[in-house]
Amino acid sequence: MNFQHKHILGIEHLSAEELTFILDTADSFKEINTRDIKKVPTLRGKTIVNLFFEASTRTRTSFEVAGKRLSADTINISASGSSVVKGETLEDTAKNIEAMHPDIIVMRHNASGACRYLAERLDCSVVNAGDGMHEHPSQALLDAFTIRQHKGKIAGLTVAIVGDITHSRVVRSNIYCLSRLGAKVRLAGPGTMLPPGIEKLGCEVHRNLEDAIRDADVVMMLRIQRERQGAPLIPSVREYSRYFGLNEDKLKLAKKDAIVMHPGPINRGVELSTAVADGPQNVILDQVENGVAVRMALLYLVAGGEQLQND
Amino acid sequence: MSGQPIEILDSTGIKRALTRIAHEILERNRGTEDLVLVGIRTGGDYLAAELQKKIAEIEGVMVPLGTIDITMYRDDLGTRGNLTVGKTDIRFPLGEKQVVLVDDVLFTGRTIRAAMDALVDLGRPRTIQLAILIDRGHRELPIRPDYIGRNLPTSRGEQIEVEFDEHDVPQSVSLIK
Repeated sequence: MNFQHKHILGIEHLSAEELTFILDTADSFKEINTRDIKKVPTLRGKTIVNLFFEASTRTRTSFEVAGKRLSADTINISASGSSVVKGETLEDTAKNIEAMHPDIIVMRHNASGACRYLAERLDCSVVNAGDGMHEHPSQALLDAFTIRQHKGKIAGLTVAIVGDITHSRVVRSNIYCLSRLGAKVRLAGPGTMLPPGIEKLGCEVHRNLEDAIRDADVVMMLRIQRERQGAPLIPSVREYSRYFGLNEDKLKLAKKDAIVMHPGPINRGVELSTAVADGPQNVILDQVENGVAVRMALLYLVAGGEQLQND
Repeated sequence: MSGQPIEILDSTGIKRALTRIAHEILERNRGTEDLVLVGIRTGGDYLAAELQKKIAEIEGVMVPLGTIDITMYRDDLGTRGNLTVGKTDIRFPLGEKQVVLVDDVLFTGRTIRAAMDALVDLGRPRTIQLAILIDRGHRELPIRPDYIGRNLPTSRGEQIEVEFDEHDVPQSVSLIK
């Protein structure tokens, strides 16, 4: 198939066929990460700027490693070390970076829609590495890739996602991605963390963790994002953990061979008990490993897609 | 516009060519020691599998067989749009091996250049040899095959098509004008 997207701004605008194509491409790139010489010349001469306005370890490192393994030059800019602290606007910062002719800008920003805003104003490709409460497409793709790796398929599976649904961009991308690929998505969280109308995206909404994870094939736990909340939405972390934290007893409600996922970073003892976080059903480090292959695929595909549009 | 395909080789002709190439490979390498076959996806991998069978019939030894995908090493990425990246599957070390690279049609030589770059990223073979079913000329790089099924002078605009059946066994080679 012909993948013709210059930017990756979200999962919302990708078809099931395109999502599968990205996962298949990632599958081919995965092998490189196990070689002695972990580098191919595919994106030689391309420049990728990682523009991160929010803290990130996994995603930024993963994009950087992915770019480097494809022989692109990757440059990291974080808000704290940039002119943003001197009062420069997002557009000015981006225009200045673009004047140095990067091919791809990978951006994380705390404002929903910031990536689209840039994509409409710049000539280079923009890849969303998480924008506010909107989307986090590469995370959803690596989640889907990990599920496919462990379960052999995605269609027909039941995936429970538990936690702060309102503030999670990972959830929105995952709902689009998994439901488009044929999985049944169930959500659960405290009432204050469940946005009204979310069921319109095609998922079931539950008020307690037990109902959501019963007989599920995949249990995805989310982090309580203290940095994204204004007024407190839960009485206390302890109470949250008691009702919505996953421990070994509750996990028994899910299918015997269910896998436990988490986008990281984990708050141990809050959403995941240490026994579950380190237990045999967790695939959290597989998610991180697969993230590199998935991001290699995304960078490869937008680098080619850009040329297509210019032809 | 493409015209009627003209059959150059039928399945018997292909078999004979591969049998001869198998003998030549064994003669040149004095048997199967350190010998490995690597087929270039897609087409070359099927032919490499056929060569592996032929060599087994002659010497009674299954030499290691791998496949290589060269998309990541192409020099025309971007000008061709997005090409599907296939899997490279070589489950043996290449260091100090006699590697026979196998492809169906040799044309500009750019695929072979990319395949050699891909191979040396995986290890340091003692030699890399090249086996080709059809050599159609028009080289753009200094690359010469060691084993040739058939030399076929063509014009640049013509196409060569190698057809395989559902078991990946080569059936015919045709020229499309």
